[in-house]
Amino acid sequence: MTEATEAPTLPARATTKRETSPVIEFLTEYAKRPLALIGAVLFVTIALLAIFAPVIVPQNPYDLASLSILDSKLEPGAQSFGGMTHWLGTDGLGRDVFSAIAYGLRISLTVGATSSLIALAIGTLVGLIAAYAGGRVDSALMRLVDLQMSFPAILIALILLAVLGRGVDKTMIALVAVQWAYYARTVRASALVEREREYIEAARSLRLSHWRILMRHLLPNCAAPLIVVVTVQIAHAITLEATLSFLGVGLPETEPSLGLLIANGYQYLLSGAYWISIFPGIALLIVIVSINLVGDRLREMLNPEERR
Amino acid sequence: MTAFIIQRSLQGVGVILIMSLIVFMGVFQIGDPVEILINPDADQATREAVARSLGLDKPVWTQYFIFLKNALQGDLGTSFAFNIPAIELIMQRLPATLELAVAATLLAIVIGIPLGLVAGMREGTPLANGIMAGSILGFSLPSFWVGLILILTFGVWLGWLPVFGRGDTVTLLGVEWSFLTLDGLSHLILPALNLALFKIALLIRLTRAGVREVMPQDYVRFARAMGVPRHRVLTIHVLKNILIPLVTVIGIEFGSVIAFAVVTESIFNWPGMGKLIIESIGRLDRPVIVAYLMVIVTMFVIINLIVDLLYAALDPRVRLGEAR
Repeated sequence: MTEATEAPTLPARATTKRETSPVIEFLTEYAKRPLALIGAVLFVTIALLAIFAPVIVPQNPYDLASLSILDSKLEPGAQSFGGMTHWLGTDGLGRDVFSAIAYGLRISLTVGATSSLIALAIGTLVGLIAAYAGGRVDSALMRLVDLQMSFPAILIALILLAVLGRGVDKTMIALVAVQWAYYARTVRASALVEREREYIEAARSLRLSHWRILMRHLLPNCAAPLIVVVTVQIAHAITLEATLSFLGVGLPETEPSLGLLIANGYQYLLSGAYWISIFPGIALLIVIVSINLVGDRLREMLNPEERR
Repeated sequence: MTAFIIQRSLQGVGVILIMSLIVFMGVFQIGDPVEILINPDADQATREAVARSLGLDKPVWTQYFIFLKNALQGDLGTSFAFNIPAIELIMQRLPATLELAVAATLLAIVIGIPLGLVAGMREGTPLANGIMAGSILGFSLPSFWVGLILILTFGVWLGWLPVFGRGDTVTLLGVEWSFLTLDGLSHLILPALNLALFKIALLIRLTRAGVREVMPQDYVRFARAMGVPRHRVLTIHVLKNILIPLVTVIGIEFGSVIAFAVVTESIFNWPGMGKLIIESIGRLDRPVIVAYLMVIVTMFVIINLIVDLLYAALDPRVRLGEAR
């Protein structure tokens, strides 16, 4: 329908403006804000550091054989007895802080991103079903969402971890449980609007299956606001995981995320060995702020009314 | 109104019941407290005796109903670690947490609302932009990390403020309080600021949005045209009208302040119930975990109920029957 009305204007547009790929167009539009660009560059750098950590870092921080207690608590920039320079210092076990951060980033990013994506899948499905089904199903599901959102995230996570115990899988369950409601609410809001559109009516008149209408027709048209929520939620998940691990109820000692690194350095903080805690903290900060900068720009681009 | 209160209260009781079931079933499936409490060399008979004395030999459903019956009588079990009633343990720690939460809320009001007013009135100036940028930081920085920086800056480097515990306390009405002594007050400042930071950012944003909404209204413009002094316009005409949403949010957020106190208390070694729950999770002290969660869920339900009622009382436009 839209194609038919737009068809005559297409050649005209092609002559006035050179065809650029939508990806390039999106990237140039995105890069108009320097701060957003900085955020993206920072995040990509951090992500690359995390992915290629085993190749980049000078030391495998969890190979106990390579650690020497003589090198413990070296200041940033100091040299170890082996002649290695520790630019960010070493921790209480003589572990290179930079290497520990790179490995910690891997864990923090993986746990944060994976749990957000699982929550995205669950929340989206719930939101779509609620909006599409309407009536009792809708009000029951939304009551659950409301109930959950009336409790702060940290409390829900704490209840679950108190019940389940410590561990990677358990922390991820807690993070998913905290996040899914946000996705469900976002998707439902846009799906309620889309549901009334003609193309859904058309799909229904064609007697397509409910599943097909949900997944192929409704979902693609509700996806835009989700992109922003995903970025913000990944940042939230990473923060929450770090907080829980810092408190000693999140990830186990064998999976030292940034939060655990900060907690381990905390005992040395009062004696002046600030670098063991502070540098992992700065890494965490860069992750969170860069993701938020990207998310802010995406929101701005997707909601033209918000542009100032 | 009465029907609304009854409906909401019943809902609240339902939430508490569901939570009690989840928490009890979950908590009592993990770990075996007998293993922690007794000598590993103890024989089978001793183990069974200990399990029986703790009521752990009964079926889990029976345990739940006994738990529920006792809970209604104010008995949430006895702490495995301290051997005193769990509820008593929580109640001992509750005042410290409340003191911290109230101090943080007051700080948030005293700092957040004026900054929000400035940001709204002087829109576009470097000062306002700076305040808004600061509020974004307040939102995105993890609170435990800010706590560390506060400790490092004011405690370690500058050495201005103590960063450990409650300091000197004064007993009033049978409870110890820190805010009544100078030493206690100096111990209270950093944790309260740490806990308040997120709420300060929130109040700045809300106040600014409210000011921006109210300023172009006719009654404000007329007041200014009449030559009413600037501060009077601000306090009488602007502030009064944006206060309702602010009061609501401050009320709702009080619960989350108490929940987030878990983090602040752990960092600053503040002996409140948040620190207690983290320690109890670590040592699998199940009655204390259950008691904490029940107390906090109940507090939440009550806070939400009060806020709902307050909101309805302050703003007649809220239709009570279907206020959801």
